[in-house]
Amino acid sequence: MSGDAVVRSQPIVKAVSLNKHFGQFQALTDINIEVFRGEVLCIIGPSGSGKSTLLRCVNQLEKVTGGALWVDGELVGYRREGDKLHELSESQVARQRLATGMVFQRFNLFPHMTALENIIEGPVQVLKRPKPEAIAEAKTLLARVGLDHKAEAFPVELSGGQQQRVAIARALAMKPKLMLFDEPTSALDPELVGEVLTVMRDLAKSGMTMIVVTHELGFAREVASRVVFMDKGQIIETGVPSEILTRPSNPRTADFISAVIS
Amino acid sequence: MTDIAHLRHVPRRYWGRYVSAGLILLFLAFLIDAFAHGKIEWSFVGRFLTVPSIMFGLANTIIMSILAMALGVVLGVVIAIMRMSSNPVMRWVALGYVWLFRGMPAILQLLLWFNLALVFPTIGIHGLWEARMVDVMTPFVAALLGLGINQGAYSSEVVRAGLLSVDTGQYEAAKAIGMARLKALRRIILPQAMRVIIPPIGNEFISMVKLTSLASVIQYAEILHNAENIYYANSRVIELLIVAAIWYLVIVTVLSLGQSQIEARFARGAGRRGAAS
Repeated sequence: MSGDAVVRSQPIVKAVSLNKHFGQFQALTDINIEVFRGEVLCIIGPSGSGKSTLLRCVNQLEKVTGGALWVDGELVGYRREGDKLHELSESQVARQRLATGMVFQRFNLFPHMTALENIIEGPVQVLKRPKPEAIAEAKTLLARVGLDHKAEAFPVELSGGQQQRVAIARALAMKPKLMLFDEPTSALDPELVGEVLTVMRDLAKSGMTMIVVTHELGFAREVASRVVFMDKGQIIETGVPSEILTRPSNPRTADFISAVIS
Repeated sequence: MTDIAHLRHVPRRYWGRYVSAGLILLFLAFLIDAFAHGKIEWSFVGRFLTVPSIMFGLANTIIMSILAMALGVVLGVVIAIMRMSSNPVMRWVALGYVWLFRGMPAILQLLLWFNLALVFPTIGIHGLWEARMVDVMTPFVAALLGLGINQGAYSSEVVRAGLLSVDTGQYEAAKAIGMARLKALRRIILPQAMRVIIPPIGNEFISMVKLTSLASVIQYAEILHNAENIYYANSRVIELLIVAAIWYLVIVTVLSLGQSQIEARFARGAGRRGAAS
């Protein structure tokens, strides 16, 4: 997945001097970034560097406190009228979220629903799709993540890796334009990491635009179109994986990479 | 040393259990004997157990328990959701409700509702519809409002504890598939909170069955009220109180059995099932 395949049109995500404060604490400082359709952007960096916060701003689980963010051409969370930005209503925010699918570190499957029910919940309840249609598509998605035999299983009956694959299918069922992964393999036992990365690799090959916060440098090297290194709420450097991961120009990046590899 | 492997295992004997069980049986025998020879006409208990007036009272007790509890749970859910709203007006209304109705004894609230006609002789919208308060505020309506609204204040705290017990990741996952807050509460959060909510609500339902006896003071014809009316006439006080006691125990026993059924239903996905696919 090289950068050649990327269509250099309008970016699907664009942040301009984005800032995020939690009270006094500044979690993100002057983030400027563009993500293009078909790109796989991997964000790496030490914990507390703001990578997850940036991801959560993109689908509005966190509210931006400064600067501007566009997703799929729409200003996130606000409507511009003249020189004022008006906050959007809850239902408008919910509509904007449909552009993105989110996969969480701790899976967050709905425990009172089977794998299949988890996947059809959004399409049926939010998109108002007919149930038989949603079920058929959910089964296709389960087959795609290699779990067609687990449709009737409850999350508690699945391994961590299987739960995360169902979670990916649940996000895909909403037909998002962009998939966000928040450390999708960090809560997994080491032997289960591979099965989730395989699904993500296939997804990248199918041309899905992805932003992946990860510590899996091998995955980033192999799949990412670009890698972003963040530290202390700032983007330190951005580049193709071969560059960032082997010849980082910034000493902080170099320190981080050698610490992760050793 | 090797021949120890085929020796017989003798289980430990719990002598204390046999002794204590024997003592309790002895005590019960004394108690039964005392009541059998006391001044109680057991034939009256049998005769009045199923008379129409008692049956009518029993039905009223059951109806009032169910309706007041239903009102209490609905109010409890609404108030709990308001209490956790981001809207400060909602939060303060919810706090005020709980403060007011949890702060007064239930019997006082019943008397207030029943005597509302002293404050507002008529009720209605000017020009459209009007009625005399004494016609509207029957013992049934006063008991339902008094008990239901009082219960709502308690239930809201139980529901709130249930909502807080659900992991915040569940709210985020619901948001991430585009759900608005109320839909997420109804489809994702409340079903999971039910597991925490059902046991204390079952407990409160059982309290409610007994609390309905307070409505006898405002002339609501529940079972205790009707039992009293009978013993005012025939002076068989203890016999009729025992009749009422038997029926309360029957209702509570049925409810306790029903509670475990409902708990099993909401435990869906909480543990491993036997026949997993």
